[in-house]
Amino acid sequence: MKDVMGIINDTTSEESLKGITYNRSLAAVPTGGRYRLIDFILSNMVNSGIRNVGVLTQNNYGSLMDHVRTGYEWDLVRKKDGLYILPPKYNNLGMQGGDIQYYYNHLDYIQSSSQNYVVISGNNLVFNLDLRKIVEKHKESKADITILYKEMENISDNHRYTMLDINQEGRITDMAVNTKRHKGNKTSMELYVMEKEILLDLIDGCISRGYCDLVKDGFIKNIDKYKLYGYRYDGYLEKIDSIQSYYKHNMDLLNTNIWNELFFQSGLVHTKVKDEPPAKYMEHSTVKNAMVANGCVIEGSVENSILFRGVKVHKGAVIKNCIIMQKSEIKEGAFIENVIIDKEVCITAGKRLKGEISYPIVIEKKAII
Amino acid sequence: MSRKECIAMLLAGGQGSRLGILTKKLAKPAVPFGGKYRIIDFTLSNCSNSGIDTVGVLTQYQPLVLNSYIGIGSHWNLDRKNGGVTVLPPYVRDKGGEWYKGTANAVYQNIDFIDQYNPEYVLVVSGDHIYKMDYSLMMDYHKEKNADVTIAVIEVPWEETFRFGIMNTNEECAIEEFEEKPVNAKNNLASMGVYIFNWEKLRSYLIEDENDFESSHDFGKNIIPKMLHDQQKMFAYPFKGYWKDVGTLDSLWEANMDLLSDNPELNLYDNKWKVYSVNPTQPPQYIAPEAVISKALVNEGCQVFGEVKNSMLFPGVYVGEGSVIEDSVIMPNVKIGKNVYIKKAIIAEETLLEDCCQIGQKDNTGLTVIAEKMKIPQGVLIKSNSVISLENYQEFGCETRLANNEEE
Repeated sequence: MKDVMGIINDTTSEESLKGITYNRSLAAVPTGGRYRLIDFILSNMVNSGIRNVGVLTQNNYGSLMDHVRTGYEWDLVRKKDGLYILPPKYNNLGMQGGDIQYYYNHLDYIQSSSQNYVVISGNNLVFNLDLRKIVEKHKESKADITILYKEMENISDNHRYTMLDINQEGRITDMAVNTKRHKGNKTSMELYVMEKEILLDLIDGCISRGYCDLVKDGFIKNIDKYKLYGYRYDGYLEKIDSIQSYYKHNMDLLNTNIWNELFFQSGLVHTKVKDEPPAKYMEHSTVKNAMVANGCVIEGSVENSILFRGVKVHKGAVIKNCIIMQKSEIKEGAFIENVIIDKEVCITAGKRLKGEISYPIVIEKKAII
Repeated sequence: MSRKECIAMLLAGGQGSRLGILTKKLAKPAVPFGGKYRIIDFTLSNCSNSGIDTVGVLTQYQPLVLNSYIGIGSHWNLDRKNGGVTVLPPYVRDKGGEWYKGTANAVYQNIDFIDQYNPEYVLVVSGDHIYKMDYSLMMDYHKEKNADVTIAVIEVPWEETFRFGIMNTNEECAIEEFEEKPVNAKNNLASMGVYIFNWEKLRSYLIEDENDFESSHDFGKNIIPKMLHDQQKMFAYPFKGYWKDVGTLDSLWEANMDLLSDNPELNLYDNKWKVYSVNPTQPPQYIAPEAVISKALVNEGCQVFGEVKNSMLFPGVYVGEGSVIEDSVIMPNVKIGKNVYIKKAIIAEETLLEDCCQIGQKDNTGLTVIAEKMKIPQGVLIKSNSVISLENYQEFGCETRLANNEEE
């Protein structure tokens, strides 16, 4: 994997995550009690032996930078290679939308990296996979581009994904982005392996023709010119593109099979260390079916919930089916059910908040209720 | 190397022999404590939080775990271009070499290391103690008193004075007399093993002490009494707060239990004074629907399906369904099967407890200790007060998880 570099594309955003992405990019969305979304793909890359990772950013990348800093926690502080944050530039191409401009603005970084292969990934898919397998398969099959995909059981939400048509040899014959009427079940996991030269060709091809999107213009318009192959993934996958999927994914982690698969199976998930003390359960606390991060102090009752680092649950407070982010405080006797609480929120004594499982309430960062 | 006003010498070479089986393969400073720490984390964090950025760590006994744990000090924010952490084992010189013969000799053998930084002051601390202390305040006091030596002291109960080195002081806190473990103490101010010396002075005393063949080369036994005798300016710095030397298995258990109370004297939850440690890269803990947890400290990577009462789980501990853990300290990566009962025990790292075994007895207040990497087979009962180690595990019907060639 010495010959493979990684690029994480954090230039896309999801409107439907509302308040959660108001102050941060998608890759920086907190999840799973102590992580941000980028931790999963970044750890996948590092655990697979990739030592050079560039992160393409758009707006709001302050939280992301604060989180990854120099890449120390991912062992990416290297004399040669390591972690590169690739900030956006003034839109000199006059392009509306699309991601090609971001790649184009950092052509220098891509060209001057010594690796011949590149793994490109999106910013909001959560899975744990040893990428060596897909890179090996890519080289073996002599494909130009290999795309990681999963066969979904529920095809009613195909519009959330890019759908692939794959023939018996494994070659991708057609792709459709966010299609509402596609009947297949093979969804792209927005992770692509190719030679760097091909990426450079694609970028050049798009820019010189006024095209703006790597997948729609680069891949789909060249589907006959390049050999695109699929690589099937069968493990746990969640795409975080709405409040509902965010909520579902976090609740999924209360399933011990998923907990074990996602956090241990193919490698450990690295994240920024906060040196929080152990979680403390006071004498009269009751905690059932919960994922609790270090630094929490629990005196009240917690059920079916995720508590991030440093959450305080005071006496008599009741928490059901909630996601409570870092350093939030639930005061005496408060009752909250089906609520997503952002960082550093305070729910004062005796307050009651209740959302619906299918439509949880979101409380924005630093709110006092 | 540029000059430093003050550097720290951290004594971490002790065996802590009274901790018995826990320190068989581990120096005392590396013994796990407080749910996610090792004992040395407290002193290293004190240095870091007090603004001391140059720390020499003197190691000798079983240093492997300690060496890899300390690394280049980055976990305590002590990886620095100039200074930082340096691990200092004894080494061979042109005229041969020898082990550290005592605490003072350990520092003596590293005079060259200290001289590299040409410091005004040297802080000598021990890696065996659990406390949070701002050394910079002690340094201010040392300068204010214009002292040659300042020794941190803490009030201990009068009935326990016989266990400590007691400082007899005058009203200005000047030390007039030092008594090691006195039978009839005149004062109850015990030395905490935290010293600030003017380096030039200490340097000459260390050299003098080295040439004294009757000396046991110890700070408490030799250097301090000699300096007192010579009427150097020595002051006691009264420290208020939690300080503990967890010298024995019982006191280690007790100090861990102290942390479970509602407002323990040692506050680990102060964001302004974090205790740093090496992070194990584990997910948040999972508490199952059938689990019962009360009065407990639990860490990352734990999975709890059973009952945990008045106990502490270090990272990566698994507690199976129907198991009950009471009044116990369970160290990292211990796996506990189903329907296991544990009462008042310390279970060291990576031990495996199979289904239905029992450690300790319900109405017995004796402490049971199980060494690292043991395997307690299904249904085995280990009575209270037992200590199970590599030497005797077969007598108890237990097995070891170590590969054969690791056994001694």
